[in-house]
Amino acid sequence: MDTTAFVALLSSVLFTIGVLGVLLRRSALLIFMSVELMLNAANLAFVSFAHRWNQLDGQVIVFFVMAVAAAEVAVGLALIVTIFRTKRSTNVDELSALRG
Amino acid sequence: MELYILSPILFPLLGLLINATLGQRISERAISGVATLAAAAAFLMSALMFGQLSGGDARLSATVAPWISAGPLQVSFGFLVDRLSIVAMLIVTGIGALIHMFSAGYMHGDPRFRRYFVYLNLFLASMLVLVMADNFLVMFMGWELVGLCSYLLIGFWFEKLKNAEAGRKAFVVNRIGDVGFVLGLLLIFATFGSFRFDDVFAQAKAQGEALAGAIGLITLLLFIGATGKSAQIPLFVWLPDAMAGPTPVSALIHAATMVTAGVYMMVRAGVLYELSPLTQQIVALVGALTALVAGSSALRQFDIKKVLAYSTVSQLGYMVAACGLGAFIAADFHLLTHAFFKAALFLAAGSVIHGMEHGLHAAHGAHVDPQDMRHMGGLARRMPVTFLVFLLGGLALAGLPPLSGFFSKDEILLEALKHNVLVFALLAASAVITALYVGRQLVLVFAGQPRSAAAAGATESNWLMTVPLIALTIGTALAGLFNFPTTHALTDWLAPVVPHGETPKFMPELAATFTALGLGGLGAAWWLYRRPERRFEEAEAALGRFLAGAWHFDAAYRAVVVKPFYALSTICAQVLDVGLIDGAVNGVGQLFRQAGAALRSVQSGFVRSYGLMMLLGIVLAVAYFVLNAR
Repeated sequence: MDTTAFVALLSSVLFTIGVLGVLLRRSALLIFMSVELMLNAANLAFVSFAHRWNQLDGQVIVFFVMAVAAAEVAVGLALIVTIFRTKRSTNVDELSALRG
Repeated sequence: MELYILSPILFPLLGLLINATLGQRISERAISGVATLAAAAAFLMSALMFGQLSGGDARLSATVAPWISAGPLQVSFGFLVDRLSIVAMLIVTGIGALIHMFSAGYMHGDPRFRRYFVYLNLFLASMLVLVMADNFLVMFMGWELVGLCSYLLIGFWFEKLKNAEAGRKAFVVNRIGDVGFVLGLLLIFATFGSFRFDDVFAQAKAQGEALAGAIGLITLLLFIGATGKSAQIPLFVWLPDAMAGPTPVSALIHAATMVTAGVYMMVRAGVLYELSPLTQQIVALVGALTALVAGSSALRQFDIKKVLAYSTVSQLGYMVAACGLGAFIAADFHLLTHAFFKAALFLAAGSVIHGMEHGLHAAHGAHVDPQDMRHMGGLARRMPVTFLVFLLGGLALAGLPPLSGFFSKDEILLEALKHNVLVFALLAASAVITALYVGRQLVLVFAGQPRSAAAAGATESNWLMTVPLIALTIGTALAGLFNFPTTHALTDWLAPVVPHGETPKFMPELAATFTALGLGGLGAAWWLYRRPERRFEEAEAALGRFLAGAWHFDAAYRAVVVKPFYALSTICAQVLDVGLIDGAVNGVGQLFRQAGAALRSVQSGFVRSYGLMMLLGIVLAVAYFVLNAR
């Protein structure tokens, strides 16, 4: 198995773990971390394919993703802190004020 | 100049503006003073113009402003004072002013005193718009305004459902006639291309033969309008109900304004009527029939005002019949004399009712209808002025010389004898009937002994009411001089503006016959009612019911028109509206409600289920693009 295929496989495994984490965990913090995991799985795929095809586009996009992720972390953490302050918990199942 | 010509209209308008804006701050006396002065000022201005017209001017006209300007349709607010309209103006403002004054006494203490006088002034102004118009459209505006005012005033005491219904009936029945009038107006424009009297009549005269068909239809349609306003068969049913209004209003409607509008319109459009003999036949017959039907209906009424109401319808029948005979001047003459004696009669009836109410007040508790003649009797001694007025008015109505009614009725009968024997027979019969019901009313109200505590305690009304009564009585007695058979002053005055045939020569034997018939009728009435109690059941008999119900016209309309219409309305309201329209609207609402109820379960509020749905959506979207990649 060549490296690219292996890395792609690893990336998809990581992404799936991230998806499952988002869907199954209750703690907002852990959901958040799972989102980060999905982002980084995507980054891994970008880097390996860029390496495989000798193109820089993938590498560049990874930088963008990292920058956006950093911004997202800043905003997301702030939200979680605020939620925790009002609800005294980060359990997302309790955040159901918009239930129809 | 324009202001001068318009002033008869503007004074009442000014009066109503003052009363409408300041009326709440000034006293009753001031309110009635303003309104009466406005009417009197209008009369003075009319008299000034009359002087000018008799001084030689043929006409005074003013165009205030353009009204409608659309291609060939050019209508302006044009007003015209000529020999015909000045006569009507003098009647309207003169008698109107007296009625205003009488009202000040009659309506004393009414909670809506101010509103009453505002309406009264508006009525006067509307009627003046009608008679002063120089084209059919402005006339129609006045025509409708008069209808509105009658609605407001007939239903003036609207707390009682009966009164409000009477007002509505007057309005609706008049609208039916107005449909004919409007169609006539449209046809006038289609035929002559103008609404102005001058243009229309000039064209009609010039090419009458060619347009005979159209003119026949126009006159017929206008006549339908007149049957509504002037209460002719088949649309007279609103007028007896119009008694629901305050009595001075009845006097105003019956004598000076409103009901004379139809006759005035036909006299004004006499040129057209002259050109269509068929319409004239119809008009004459309808008028004569109305005179007979309404006159006989008056024979079995017990309400003092209803007798007079049917009598008005009957006398209007005389005027309309005269128009149909081509005797427009005789019609206008009868309109003039009738205005005097009917106003006198109505105001005297108002004075009687007022006196009865006072008697009722003094008698405490005994509840009788103050308008029911069965409870009256013996009022001659208690209300001498009112009695004299009523007596002279009644004798004039019965057509006895030398009172005014004699001359005008005689003129119409002469014309009828000359032109149409059937019409003459009908009118002659109703002349006898007139004497009968006048006699019956005089006996029931004034003769014998009081038949209730209210009648026993009745007292004469105050000067505010008796002064107009006396003034009107003088008019009643002397108005015949306007067209005395030897001088024919009114005929000479109107001859330049109203189409007229040769004035029939006074026939002493005819006059003597009808005087004898009138006296006979009065005598018969006195003999029949010398013991009135015995005849109180007469309205119960078959003939009595037939006459008391005005030949069952009302009942027939109720069965044929009103009831089916109510049934249709019920279907519309309960089936069509509730079922169809409300059903559709509510159905749409239900649809969205239920759709929302079904869909709300999707919004669980669980972040993770939103996440799952997002994932599914993304998977589907990606799958779509992957599968369609090729």
